[in-house]
Amino acid sequence: MSEPIFDTVIRTDQLTRDFGDFRALSEITLDVPRASIFGLLGPNGAGKSTLIRMLCGVLKPTSGRGSVLGFDVRADAEAIKRRIGYMSQRFSLYADLSAIENIRFYAMIYGISTERRREREDAVIALTGIGPYLDRLGGHLSGGWKQRLALACALIHEPDVIFLDEPTAGIDPVARRDLWDLLFELSHQGVTMFVTTHYMDEAERCSKVGYLQGGELIVLGTPNELKNSKRVTPDDARRYEVSCRDLPAALARAKSMKAVRDATLFGPMLHVLTDASANPGELVLELTGGDSGAEFRSVAPTLEDVFVILSRAEEARAAS
Amino acid sequence: MNGFWAILTKEFAHIRRDRTTIFFMFMVPVIQLIIFGVAIDVTIDNIPLVVLDLDGRAESRRLVQALENTQSFQVVGRPYDQESFRRAIRSGRAKAGVLIPAEYSGRLLRNEQAEVQVLIDGSDSQIATTALNTVTLLVQNMSVGRAKSVGEAVHFTPARNASGASALPIDVRPRLLYNPDLESSHFFVPGLIAVILQMVLLFLTSFSIVRERELGTLEQLFVTPVGRGGLLFGKLIPYALMAYGELLIVLVAMVGIFHVPISGSLLLLLGLSSLFILTVLGLGLLISTIASTQLEAVQFSFLVMLPSVLLSGFMFPRSEMPLVIWLAGYLLPVTYFVEIVRGVVLRGADAVDLASSILGLLCCCVAILILSLARFRKQLD
Repeated sequence: MSEPIFDTVIRTDQLTRDFGDFRALSEITLDVPRASIFGLLGPNGAGKSTLIRMLCGVLKPTSGRGSVLGFDVRADAEAIKRRIGYMSQRFSLYADLSAIENIRFYAMIYGISTERRREREDAVIALTGIGPYLDRLGGHLSGGWKQRLALACALIHEPDVIFLDEPTAGIDPVARRDLWDLLFELSHQGVTMFVTTHYMDEAERCSKVGYLQGGELIVLGTPNELKNSKRVTPDDARRYEVSCRDLPAALARAKSMKAVRDATLFGPMLHVLTDASANPGELVLELTGGDSGAEFRSVAPTLEDVFVILSRAEEARAAS
Repeated sequence: MNGFWAILTKEFAHIRRDRTTIFFMFMVPVIQLIIFGVAIDVTIDNIPLVVLDLDGRAESRRLVQALENTQSFQVVGRPYDQESFRRAIRSGRAKAGVLIPAEYSGRLLRNEQAEVQVLIDGSDSQIATTALNTVTLLVQNMSVGRAKSVGEAVHFTPARNASGASALPIDVRPRLLYNPDLESSHFFVPGLIAVILQMVLLFLTSFSIVRERELGTLEQLFVTPVGRGGLLFGKLIPYALMAYGELLIVLVAMVGIFHVPISGSLLLLLGLSSLFILTVLGLGLLISTIASTQLEAVQFSFLVMLPSVLLSGFMFPRSEMPLVIWLAGYLLPVTYFVEIVRGVVLRGADAVDLASSILGLLCCCVAILILSLARFRKQLD
């Protein structure tokens, strides 16, 4: 590669997109360093796909700027398309072509020379492990293998960046784990990844995460930064995990208690955010209605806590 | 044109894999050829006839024989009484009945006017008209023949021909051009070329694009460096080639099986077929920009196909249509092409003879291409 290596592979500055009167994305500013995995979260319709489509050069921004690998999304869309891979949330390969025919089709689309094609085919087949299924029709593969095939096709031209729009939606947990192992491997090879997901455990694995809501990027940072953020756990507050017999009753009580700022159920546990000044022992006794078997311990917030708290704060701010 | 070969190769792979496409491409023309070329015969003959012959002598037998000889009629029964005669017609077993009175031969021999009653079932107007015309013409001819011979006998004749024999004053000499045997396959099969080409191309091209949109593969293609031209030509050229294959099949069947020779220039026919194929590809592209699912594509295609079959003159003569419908036919490219194919194949027409149809087709082609390409480009942006 002769062009300069950019440390920041994706950069947007106040990137905005309107559809008619509707503002789908509002002034998104973020940057993604080389070889990192950027996780984008947010409810359906928050603008995740719109952002990806703009970064891929298929949708023109209304205002603001964006660049991928140093190419402007508005002016150099074609240059971007040659250097990125894209994997959509639904299986978008040809069901009536075999796995290897799909891979060869994309090799031809990207204009890979015949000599190099063999080498690239072998590389993506080895990486994704699709070897045993090469002659199977795309439509006859299971969910996990479809995604691996899609990844193989997206990687055939050795892209520097891959955009993955909910790559693990609807596939089984083992296949999900395997796919993420693959993504880590790619990241080690220097490929930058931009992933949207609904799964918190996947978000935890990202080097950096952003949370989109109503077209606005309301959270941006590394998972650790976010969890330690003062906005999530202020200095005058403490976070506890409580286990007791009657969780629903405890949750109802927690919501009416003054010292409790927030309460959420996490499986068999209740997470509460309390004033630092309150005595946790007394608080828990009151919370559980005198359950002597109740236990509690101090915990750090999860990413889900982060997103719930920050999106509520955002809703409150928008409402006022 | 980036990605042209990739898409072209892939499209052929789809066609090879997809049995319904292959069935559609090659079976539909065969079925249509059979239906329109063989099964539908618009010339009416062998109308079932009952005869109640109360006379039964030579003159009445001659009349019945003459009726059968026209091949328009086939005697299916000779009842002996009025009741079964009428019942045969009422039951639909016979479409016409001839009642010859007892004194028929006798009156004729005495040079008196004889009456023959003919009953025709008018419920099917086409059959009734044929029956009426045939009977009237036949009986008139027989009457004139008798009148002439009677005239000869008294040395009086209305006119004489070149050799001096007694003849009718006006001699009509009709000659049927281009299709002397009035074979309906000569009329239908050339028109069928236009209809088959349009049907197969319209469905397949609109499907092939809409399917990619429906499956999300089009979206996937947009994030690759594939160019608009490469996408468009890569997708449409395979179907254009298959359309040529279809054209050759139907032409070979037309000449080989139905014995309809191509009177005009084959080159002109192929050239104008290319123009028509281009027009229909544009139409398919246009449908694909309107329809968002394959089901919608089918519905839109039918919206075009139905008037194309009914209003283009392929099945029904356009001259019989009400003004508005007649004018609407000119909006269909197939109207011009049916006229062109019939002109070249049956009448041996050249480009000058067909100038107005060629111009019409050209206008349709340009208008459809401009509209569909504009919509296609807009959708990609």
